[in-house]
Amino acid sequence: MVTEKEIWGYLEEVFDPEIPVLTVVDLGVVREVIVKDDTCKVVITPTYSGCPAMKRMEDDIKEKLEEKGVKGAEVELVLSPAWTTDWLTENGREKLKEYGIAPPEDEGDKSVLFAKPFVVPCPQCNSKNTKLISQFGSTSCKAHYQCQDCLEPFDYFKCLR
Amino acid sequence: MNSLFEYTLRLGDDSLMIGHRLSEWCGHGPILEEDIAMTNIALDFVGQATSLLELAGKFEGKGRSGDDLAFLRFDRDYKNVLLVEQPNVDFGVTMMRQFLFDAYRKPLFERLQYASNKEIAAIAEKSLKETKYHLRHSSEWVIRLGDGTEESHTRIQEALDNLWRYTGELFYSDDVDKELIAAGEIPSMDGLEKEWRQTVNEVLAEATLKIPESDWQFDGGRKGMHSEHLGYILTELQYMQRAYPGLEW
Ligand SMILES: [Zn+2]
Repeated sequence: MVTEKEIWGYLEEVFDPEIPVLTVVDLGVVREVIVKDDTCKVVITPTYSGCPAMKRMEDDIKEKLEEKGVKGAEVELVLSPAWTTDWLTENGREKLKEYGIAPPEDEGDKSVLFAKPFVVPCPQCNSKNTKLISQFGSTSCKAHYQCQDCLEPFDYFKCLR
Repeated sequence: MNSLFEYTLRLGDDSLMIGHRLSEWCGHGPILEEDIAMTNIALDFVGQATSLLELAGKFEGKGRSGDDLAFLRFDRDYKNVLLVEQPNVDFGVTMMRQFLFDAYRKPLFERLQYASNKEIAAIAEKSLKETKYHLRHSSEWVIRLGDGTEESHTRIQEALDNLWRYTGELFYSDDVDKELIAAGEIPSMDGLEKEWRQTVNEVLAEATLKIPESDWQFDGGRKGMHSEHLGYILTELQYMQRAYPGLEW
């Protein structure tokens, strides 16, 4: 019989289809793994309401577990408590940066209009002299920035709380 | 009347229609960044609609899925407010419509996240995080266009004058919500309109825009009485499922 720990290990081999350096575990979307008698259930939570990658992650998890010989694993999607970028693992943050995506910063309270902008350091040269190009980037979870020193445009994995 | 079904349907239809409207900008945005922004926001709304309509179907208990509700109802059965079905016209009108709606959605979800109905609360908690981003985006544009050039100011003031008549309906209340509040399913909506008005006043003042003086307001959306625009939306939205029933991909 497979153990929960083994399942967590297998999940480390399932990648986010949109940010393929991150595993579903790094991303913090796997909330729980429940192995009971002959059944196995993986509980996941969406990053954004309309994130098109969720269905794919669900299928990829099932496929991976099948491949590892875990028969008929179930994947359940739950909304609460809502995912926040605080659930990204430390490992995940490191991998993002290496991949050229700036990991989330503490953005303060978004409901405060005209709040002082926060700084997103450039993932290439670490310069803090960067500017926001657009709050909405190539996927729901990213914003678009540019470094004013090395001039590289880059993605920022925005803070969701 | 099944109030839980009706209430969730209203929320779901609001998300579906405004999400659909935003998606119409795909490939037509005034600049690339805004094209991407509007389609990203559309995706959040369609995602919320999926969760809400799925839940509505569950409350109804007749085996209808979220997709059934989205694609296979007649116009009178849609319960969104009239504001969200109004046409995009231009970028300024779209941002004004979005701002007036986001400013309402944020305090609404702030309340609903504490609903004792756990399923409504979960969707509200999730959606609230996205709504904060949306509101920030739309208010920044309202300010930039209002306090921009003479041309942009005139046009967004006109947008406000036209859309203002649809804002009263955001606070429409009838037996559906009253019953749920009385039953303790959802929290009281006291102060919702006041909070909305505060955000609106603050942003419009910064944008140098004037709130129209007329108090006259439309309503009807919550009762299924829509403007002529809904029919055109449904024609496009429902086309595939009407032409090829049960189609999946
Ligand atoms: Zn740089």
